[in-house]
Amino acid sequence: MMQGIANDDELIEFVYAEARLIDEKRLEDWYELFADDGCYWVPLTRGQQNGRTENSLMFEDKLLLKVRIARLRNPHAYSQAQPSWCQHILQAPAVEDRGASTGVAVLRTAFLYVESQRDHQEVYAGVVWHHLKRVGGRLTIGLKKVELLNCEAALPSLQLFP
Amino acid sequence: MTPYRNNPNSIRALVRGGDVHRDVYINPELFDLEMERLWHSTWIYVGHDSQVPAAGDYYTTEIARQPVVMTRAQDGEVRVFYNRCAHKGSRIVSATSGNCGGILRCPYHGWTYRLDGALRTVPLKGGYANSGFGESPAARGLTAVAGVAVYRGFVFARLSHDGPDFATYFGDSLSSMDNMADRSPVGRLQIVGGVLRYMHNCNWKMFIENLNDTMHPMVAHESSAGTARDLWRDQPPDAPKPMVIEQFLPFVSNYDFFDKMGVKIYENGHSYTGVNFSIHSKYSSMPEYEAQMDAAYGAERARAILGEIRHNTVYYPSLTIKGAIQTIRVARPIAVDRTLIESFTLRLVGAPDSLLERSVMYNRIINSPASVVGHDDLHCYRAIQEGLASDGNEWVSLHRNYSSQDEARGVAGIYNGTSEVSVRGQFRAWLAAMTSDAPVP
Repeated sequence: MMQGIANDDELIEFVYAEARLIDEKRLEDWYELFADDGCYWVPLTRGQQNGRTENSLMFEDKLLLKVRIARLRNPHAYSQAQPSWCQHILQAPAVEDRGASTGVAVLRTAFLYVESQRDHQEVYAGVVWHHLKRVGGRLTIGLKKVELLNCEAALPSLQLFP
Repeated sequence: MTPYRNNPNSIRALVRGGDVHRDVYINPELFDLEMERLWHSTWIYVGHDSQVPAAGDYYTTEIARQPVVMTRAQDGEVRVFYNRCAHKGSRIVSATSGNCGGILRCPYHGWTYRLDGALRTVPLKGGYANSGFGESPAARGLTAVAGVAVYRGFVFARLSHDGPDFATYFGDSLSSMDNMADRSPVGRLQIVGGVLRYMHNCNWKMFIENLNDTMHPMVAHESSAGTARDLWRDQPPDAPKPMVIEQFLPFVSNYDFFDKMGVKIYENGHSYTGVNFSIHSKYSSMPEYEAQMDAAYGAERARAILGEIRHNTVYYPSLTIKGAIQTIRVARPIAVDRTLIESFTLRLVGAPDSLLERSVMYNRIINSPASVVGHDDLHCYRAIQEGLASDGNEWVSLHRNYSSQDEARGVAGIYNGTSEVSVRGQFRAWLAAMTSDAPVP
């Protein structure tokens, strides 16, 4: 019998597939991976505990994610006149917690993230934490927390989704 | 070729009544002169005294390309020094902030300084006997900036010994800082929650000018705020708006809204939009907080404070603030086409966390390097920076609501909100500083 909300292979495949949806700009499909109360968080500082009373690079509920994705489809999104593309390079995700007692599985994945726009390319490194839970039998994202190595640096526009 | 350094007339020719020459944004020599003249002779924002609450606390930054350190001395005074050891020039402190105990110690040869900047100890001091050291600049310790002023916690420095005094320079524009601080039931502000640092590959003036440019939001932010509006469109009119919708929607208000908002112009390049109302006017009320304010100030005064809902106030040339939402943005020019914008949130000391949450959300969705609003602003600034390379037209138009007759004697006053008068006011101040005979320190 499975000890947790899914077996390791299913959890790990979810993380790979999630990144691929972003890289292929299947953003509406990506959006559907989030639970209704799901959150996509890119903290501003190391060890940041709170996204509501401390500044973050991104701290998005589904409504904000929806605005962000719909904007990227809007022909008046001028900063995307030259479209950005991104590529996630993921290390093998580690299952930190299968969620047997909490109902929330936790995975830790080291990554490189490359965002490119015409002649410019930025490379970010970091660790992403996935908090996954089952909703109606389906695996969903409760929290995706992206800890960038250079989160405190002066950054140029970060336009897609690390 | 240095056509501008020793030729004030060539600089004067850059600013005409209703337009300015492109060189003010793209010429590296003019940028150097701006740093030496405008940014040395005026009051530049350093930080907030809540960043150095206790004796020995320090905060480092750069103003006008100069490394500086703000400290809290034992006497409680906030001081600002050039962050440079008197010995060989090393930065004294390299961390952004911290507490140095009672002394500042150079990491290279261990020279130490008191918190008032005085040189305290030098290892093997005997080696300096009869060396002329006592009369050298090194013996004077850390070099303080020429002037420091603290107003409602906001710390400013003037690098040059020559220039206007603080009160004269800012005049009644300080009322915007008063309004932000007065919004705390105890009248105090505290910088909290980290700093968003957004690198802009454009001239600093494009950012500063944009803060009171009310003709761009409905165009540049159509894709972000307009999208939020469209997603909310099907909701019934009385549906409670999520905070983020409440903050996005006013950005795509119509021209009439921004025109009637009004803009107030002060001497020396300062201005604020939102004389009559602003994009922050229709935020949900916060009854617990309002009751606190009534108790602290009395109902009438509390209503007056909370009824003053300004948009952006520009403290030319370095700081812009939003009193109504308790965020500030600081421009740190690096090169003619490179500017660091740092955005902070301020806690209204004594007020509920819900106000800080509102500030943090606003700061994030507008000022983060990942902000969908900021992306389009920066895209436009960069497009200007590149477009101005065009030799087809060397002039930038600032004619909106310009009248040479009306502005001959000055621009201070209240105008319709979509006027470009705030930018013209900035260039009056710019020209005065850039062509004054004040010696460069």
